[in-house]
Amino acid sequence: MSESTPYMAIENVSKIFGSYEALSDVSLDIHAGQVLCLLGDNGAGKSTLIKVLSGFHEPTSGTVKINGKPVQFKSPRDATAAGISTVHQFGGTFPLMSLGRSFFTGVEPTKGWGPFKYFDKKFANKVVVEQMQEMGITRVTDGDRFVGSLSGGERQVSAIARAVYFGAKVLILDEPTAALGVKEAAHVLRIIMQAKHRGIAVVLVTHNVSHALTVGDHFAVLIRGEKADDFAKGQRTREEITDLMAGGEAMAELEAELASLTGSGDSIHD
Amino acid sequence: MFNLRSMARRPEFSALMGTIFVFLFFSWFGRPNFLGFAGTATWVNVAAELALISLPVALVMIAGHLDLSVGSVLAAGAMTFAILSGYYGLPSWIGVIAGLAVGALLGLVNGLLVTKVKLPSFIVTLATMFSIQGIVYGVTRLTTGTVLVSVQVDEGVKNIFGGLMFDQFETAVLFALAMVLVVSWIVYRTRFGNWVYAIGGDEVSARAAGVPVDRTTVMLYIGSGFGSALLGVIQVALYSSAQVSAGQSYVFNSIIAVVVGGVLLTGGFGSPIGVLFGTMTFAIVYQGIYYTGWDSDWSALILGMLLLIAVLSNNTFRKLAMSAAKPKDKKKPAPGGGGGHAATATATTTATEKKATNV
Repeated sequence: MSESTPYMAIENVSKIFGSYEALSDVSLDIHAGQVLCLLGDNGAGKSTLIKVLSGFHEPTSGTVKINGKPVQFKSPRDATAAGISTVHQFGGTFPLMSLGRSFFTGVEPTKGWGPFKYFDKKFANKVVVEQMQEMGITRVTDGDRFVGSLSGGERQVSAIARAVYFGAKVLILDEPTAALGVKEAAHVLRIIMQAKHRGIAVVLVTHNVSHALTVGDHFAVLIRGEKADDFAKGQRTREEITDLMAGGEAMAELEAELASLTGSGDSIHD
Repeated sequence: MFNLRSMARRPEFSALMGTIFVFLFFSWFGRPNFLGFAGTATWVNVAAELALISLPVALVMIAGHLDLSVGSVLAAGAMTFAILSGYYGLPSWIGVIAGLAVGALLGLVNGLLVTKVKLPSFIVTLATMFSIQGIVYGVTRLTTGTVLVSVQVDEGVKNIFGGLMFDQFETAVLFALAMVLVVSWIVYRTRFGNWVYAIGGDEVSARAAGVPVDRTTVMLYIGSGFGSALLGVIQVALYSSAQVSAGQSYVFNSIIAVVVGGVLLTGGFGSPIGVLFGTMTFAIVYQGIYYTGWDSDWSALILGMLLLIAVLSNNTFRKLAMSAAKPKDKKKPAPGGGGGHAATATATTTATEKKATNV
């Protein structure tokens, strides 16, 4: 779809654990300013793929490229250095820490010199409130408040805000909407669009087809470790995608079976 | 109304309530001597000694670990001092430095074991507690032939570590106050302090955020080893002797003081000031009972109940601190292009396998 070099790409990546091939020959392009949706059922290899992208696993074979150049991520730290930031389902935050402290964990701003260097709480709290406000969490006005007092969606948003603030180029979101209510999920999706418009490459992992269709520019479907399909926005219908994710034939069989029991199998599409 | 929720956010709040309660309780039932100069000194001394171990142990516990070896390390530090300066007759300051160094070294061993072996710190430090105790018994008996070693502590060293101020207050009080200041600085003002909370909150996330988890944990154990040995040295300076079995009561007493002081047993929450209140509460109950004329056997019962009450009230305050302000509806339009889709599909996703395993 785009002729420019993707910011990040993986080519023919496989990952084998013992005798189990979690990923098999998967290639993906991740473009700046686009949302790539990784779809697939549980166990399809989405998590393994994220771990390869974020440096937790090294691929067994195949290459990872940044700006067209092959790279090797030995640890998550290497991936972070390349601008890759992963936000996990629950935001990866600390419920009993203040927002300011949690936001800057590992990269604490300091003031003063030598042994008298101290954590700049004022600055940390100011930044976190600004960032949250900018992301539409307007009720947060106090950086001393506990992370645990935020809702699931707000925690997700604060984790995204953190990644964006620290200059992420690739933002990997692992099921960000899975545990959220409708309203909160909508808010998170809006934040994803915001990140995209800032030129960040977003990898959205989900098995919620509706959420994917809402924000996605490009889609890849994984089935049992293999890339089953790869298409741009508008090239597939919602039903085609759902069928693909559920494994096509298996789904049709199940529908037939259910239809014979209840007289209607359509409802399972959602 | 001043803000109860922001007060509740402070871990020392409920600890202070506890201290005030037991202080008033024993001031009344222990009147008039409990409130006197000597009465005050008895519990302040006990609190100060306990604080020397509890404060560094509190940091270990905030990081989500335990240190059960503090009693054995105390004995090891004390015995090192006593054997070197008493049995071998070396200058006292050498014994002190060696004793403190042994404490820090044993802390280092604990820290390395906990971070490298990847077993729960409860088991690791339970094992080192016994191992160190065994070594202390064995080495002491081999070198000196006894289990109690006396020392003639040099005047200067005795005044610093085991002196009495106004004839009643141990210099340990000054050490404890200094330690509160140092630990508070570390916790509130350094990056290291932030890492301690992050590790206790969620070790995996802390690692992902770039916190040097192992190095920080090892440093914390060195701290608790040092604090234990410092108290061992102070006790030798006070009583001019060291005993192999000394210190084991501090294993549980320190945990009680730390928990009563508002530290969350699973880590991630707590404050040094709160722990100071915890040690005071403990000391007031422990010593106050003698002023009431009741049998001192009852102090253990009171401490046990206090511990339960403390944990329950800590939980209540923590919930209060975590409770979100009433969730205000943010009236915002659904995201462009597919609000309807978003609405229809969320229901099915809430029951994912992932959610179940991550909670």
